[in-house]
Amino acid sequence: MSAQAKEQAGAGPLSEAVLARFAKEVAKYPAEQKQSAVMACLAIVQQEVGHVSADSEAQIAAYLEMAPMAVHEVTTFYNMYNQRPVGKYKLNVCTNLPCQLRDGQKALQHLEQKLGIAMGQTTADGLFTLQQSECLGACADSPVLLVNDRSMCSFMSNDKLDQLIDGLKKSEAR
Amino acid sequence: MSAQQVLDQFAASGSETCFHDRHIEPQIYAGLDGANWHLKDYEARGGYQALRRILGKDGSEGLTQDQVIATVKESALRGRGGAGFPTGLKWSFMPRQFPGQKYLVCNSDEGEPGTCKDRDILMFNPHIVIEGMAIAAYAMGITVGYNYIHGEIFQVYDRFEVALEEARAAGLLGNNILGSSFSFQLHAHHGFGAYICGEETALLESLEGKKGQPRFKPPFPASFGLYGKPTTINNTETFAAVPWIIRHGGQAYLDCGKPNNGGTKIFSVSGDVERPGNYEVPMGTPFAKLLELAGGVRKGRSLKAVIPGGSSSPVLPAHIIMDCTMDYDSIAKAGSMLGSGAVIVLDDSRCMVKSLKRLSYFYMHESCGQCTPCREGTGWLSRVVDRIENGEGRPEDLDLLDNVAENIQGRTICALGDAAAMPVRAMIKHFRPEFEHHVAHKTCLVGAYV
Repeated sequence: MSAQAKEQAGAGPLSEAVLARFAKEVAKYPAEQKQSAVMACLAIVQQEVGHVSADSEAQIAAYLEMAPMAVHEVTTFYNMYNQRPVGKYKLNVCTNLPCQLRDGQKALQHLEQKLGIAMGQTTADGLFTLQQSECLGACADSPVLLVNDRSMCSFMSNDKLDQLIDGLKKSEAR
Repeated sequence: MSAQQVLDQFAASGSETCFHDRHIEPQIYAGLDGANWHLKDYEARGGYQALRRILGKDGSEGLTQDQVIATVKESALRGRGGAGFPTGLKWSFMPRQFPGQKYLVCNSDEGEPGTCKDRDILMFNPHIVIEGMAIAAYAMGITVGYNYIHGEIFQVYDRFEVALEEARAAGLLGNNILGSSFSFQLHAHHGFGAYICGEETALLESLEGKKGQPRFKPPFPASFGLYGKPTTINNTETFAAVPWIIRHGGQAYLDCGKPNNGGTKIFSVSGDVERPGNYEVPMGTPFAKLLELAGGVRKGRSLKAVIPGGSSSPVLPAHIIMDCTMDYDSIAKAGSMLGSGAVIVLDDSRCMVKSLKRLSYFYMHESCGQCTPCREGTGWLSRVVDRIENGEGRPEDLDLLDNVAENIQGRTICALGDAAAMPVRAMIKHFRPEFEHHVAHKTCLVGAYV
């Protein structure tokens, strides 16, 4: 399903698997402090759906017994929540100073050329979204990028960047 | 190959940053190889012996809460997150007799540019943090704890969850630990991209499921912390130091550092060095030695400047940092801060205006927007540095930067405002001619910025 189609389809009901993951998070906190699980629940939905829609926020709000606006405040405050659909692979390249000193900026530029898009854009086939990011906490591994919030790729020379993009494209073609 | 297999090829192995033989008398990173992070491996290295000792489960009579705190005080362990506050003293602030719930929080929201030490601790030696937290919880009479982990290092969060399961299954966490009357529940919580949550009260707000905007202090977390309850917050590396201190004694820990600066410290060395990585060395190790461990300045160039304690700490020119030892007092005396131990090295090809431009953008981006001087001031700093770097600077801009920085510093709820202002003032103080050249000639004094 394309990113646009996904958005039009709305969030759909939360699956049993997602609800089980929510429950595991909620269990970490005192019974009257369910709201503490909101960041984890939003991250779980994003992993499943690709972004956080208003419908998803409403579902999480209902689950955690919070105001939808309180959930929205969290979505909009933290950098990693996708407030709109992104490509299947979101690439966040760190360009903060320690990375800039070790080709972080060059890695971003290389990906712009390789993918034919500018930072902040998504490729026409919906596969890749390219973003500049702030410190990922892997400064000694520069150039570094984070793929889909969960996979850190370290020491990304231009050759490795090419391998990454080509490899992901190939895995899609299979 | 599946997409995940493609991605996994590029995961850091830790061999470059952590398992090298260039630490000096390591305690936290000792004996790690990337595969030996499980409970059984940690126990083979002597892990959980300190917890057994305080609980009297090693044949001894155990340690009282006061004895544990006294040992940590004697060690001169200071907070490794940035502020360097004496850990034993912080623990003594916890009102142990408070009748309600109290909380222990580990700050693993490692987002200070230049810092990646806690990631390697949690990834390759997670149980040392669990044991350190359990000891701290025992000392302060706390039964529930959370480890707040930087959202960008999600693999570390997943690993910590596995380590927690291992510890629970072995009776090292949970109710009646090792058959004692001590119970401690520990959970992992992740962030999702907000530098400000490294500030302890912002972290607490975030842990409560809100925007991470810092709270006024006082009240301090020791009296009004998580969910309004007494809470102690320490950095990951601080907790990781505790098991060694209990096993070997406070004096032994102090002896491997220098007075008032006990123990070893992990420095994350980044930027223009041959071998960027984490280096665990005794407090008080000369900067020159640390630079040597990291392979020296890259490509044989000469050292221009060092940001010694993360991007928020004032920059020090080469001639000053080369005379420093790496400990809280020496770096403070030189006019900067040891901070989180992130050593950002710049060689002589670097333009300081361009370097500052990237940092100022970062602080503007990460200001939480709560306090006007920071929200507006960081934007001013970023825009003015940007126009100087772009050759559009005005002669009065240097004074303007100083004025804006002065009006941020000390006028905000948390230290992010100071963190944004200090690098600007230090850069201009030490490298003023570069800024003046950019304004006067619209070009860079240094030349090509690689």
